Amino acid sequence: MGLSESKPGWKSIPMGGILLEPGSALNYKTGDWRAFKPIVDQNKCTNCLLCWIFCPDAAINRLEKFVEVNYDYCKGCGVCANECPVKAITMVEEKR
Amino acid sequence: MSRLIGLTGNEAIAYAVKQSNVDVVAAYPITPQTIMVEAFSGYVHDGEVNTEFICVESEHSAMSACIGASLTGARVFTATSSQGLALMHEMLYIASGLRCPIVMGVANRALSAPINIHADHSDMMGSRDCGLIQIYGESAQEAYDWTIQAFKIAEDPKVLLPVSVNIDGWSISFSMEGVKVLEDDEVTKFLSTRKPVLTISSDRPITVGALCLTDYYFEMKRQQVEALKDSYSVIEDVTKEYEALTGERYGFIETYGVEDAEAGIVCLGSAAGTAKAVAKNLRSKGKKVAVIKPWFYRPFPMEDILKAVENLKALAVLDRACSFGAPYGALCSDITAALYQYGKDLKVFNGIYGLGGRDITPFDIEAIFNEALEVAKTELVKESLKFIGVRE
Repeated sequence: MGLSESKPGWKSIPMGGILLEPGSALNYKTGDWRAFKPIVDQNKCTNCLLCWIFCPDAAINRLEKFVEVNYDYCKGCGVCANECPVKAITMVEEKR
Repeated sequence: MSRLIGLTGNEAIAYAVKQSNVDVVAAYPITPQTIMVEAFSGYVHDGEVNTEFICVESEHSAMSACIGASLTGARVFTATSSQGLALMHEMLYIASGLRCPIVMGVANRALSAPINIHADHSDMMGSRDCGLIQIYGESAQEAYDWTIQAFKIAEDPKVLLPVSVNIDGWSISFSMEGVKVLEDDEVTKFLSTRKPVLTISSDRPITVGALCLTDYYFEMKRQQVEALKDSYSVIEDVTKEYEALTGERYGFIETYGVEDAEAGIVCLGSAAGTAKAVAKNLRSKGKKVAVIKPWFYRPFPMEDILKAVENLKALAVLDRACSFGAPYGALCSDITAALYQYGKDLKVFNGIYGLGGRDITPFDIEAIFNEALEVAKTELVKESLKFIGVRE
């Protein structure tokens, strides 16, 4: 990656890389790091929430009867698929 | 009003820190700096200071604790030497990168291997590019005066960088001199309290040390370049203000005899004292020699050095650290770069001296002056990189 003209220059950014706005990590969508994408089979999902507990990125959303993946932040580590006791989650290669 | 008291270089720095109302000191003892920390911990024990003294298990932790404390807006001091400074290395970049105005006393000492506890500048020259301001004192008096000024330079909102106050291990760190010290309230008035720009506080949360990749890292480094550049005017102001208070005149460099000299020596720290004594003796015999002692190595006092060498025909630059495989030692490389940039045709040679505490004697200095005078006369440098006082 190189020079991005659209971003502010060194004179107009806070010194030392300090971020003045708390919680700004939410703006950093890490989902595009993903090589494999977890797909939840909502018919198989028993809503046991093991994936929700184990997900290191808190990228599992709880719904009423099953879970869904937040693809904005899911890095595709596959821990959820590994932990799922009913094999409701499969990892599928991302097509880019 | 100043008083004269007997202090070693280490004690002089500890005494200055005591008077500077420092909030936090985190340090680990290492020869030949130990007394800096030991003397200061004595002040803490005796209730003479209101400082949080953090005992840490290593220099890496010392600098880490200092960074954390500095980010809360505290005035912070640490001290180290040699292997300790080397162990601090990665945290030094973080201290400067996060713009922490930490003042650090360094009793310069050689680096292992082979293990050695005596003076040379290899430790601080190894940290050359860490983004620190580097000051070198020639005596305990200079160590005292610079330590107080260092806080004011470091904490200026235009600078906000760590500052190291260097003294040669043993020859300065352990030698006692009469040191003129200020009264406590004079130092308090001179420094006032630190006025931080951004601090870690629960009232106004900020994120420090966030990931900064290809899109912003370079800009942060560019800011640091500017901070070092901006420090020139701050240093000028601080030294003027200190002169008004004490009558002691400091600046970027000290010169002796440059006005009419043909040949000069440039060196940092205690060797400059020997060089000045030898120059005085030679000048009384009609030999036109000069001494240039940079107090600052970073920011590099380019303009002052160029002005000082204006009338010289030959210059011997003495480095107390070896840059293996390089054409010159670090100081000489910077000086020759400055001369080249300004198209100044001055004959220069570099002498590496005093590694591992090897003494540089008045006889050595006299020989260097004579060689520099010969170069001035013949306009011919026979040996551009010499090793002074080493056995063949």
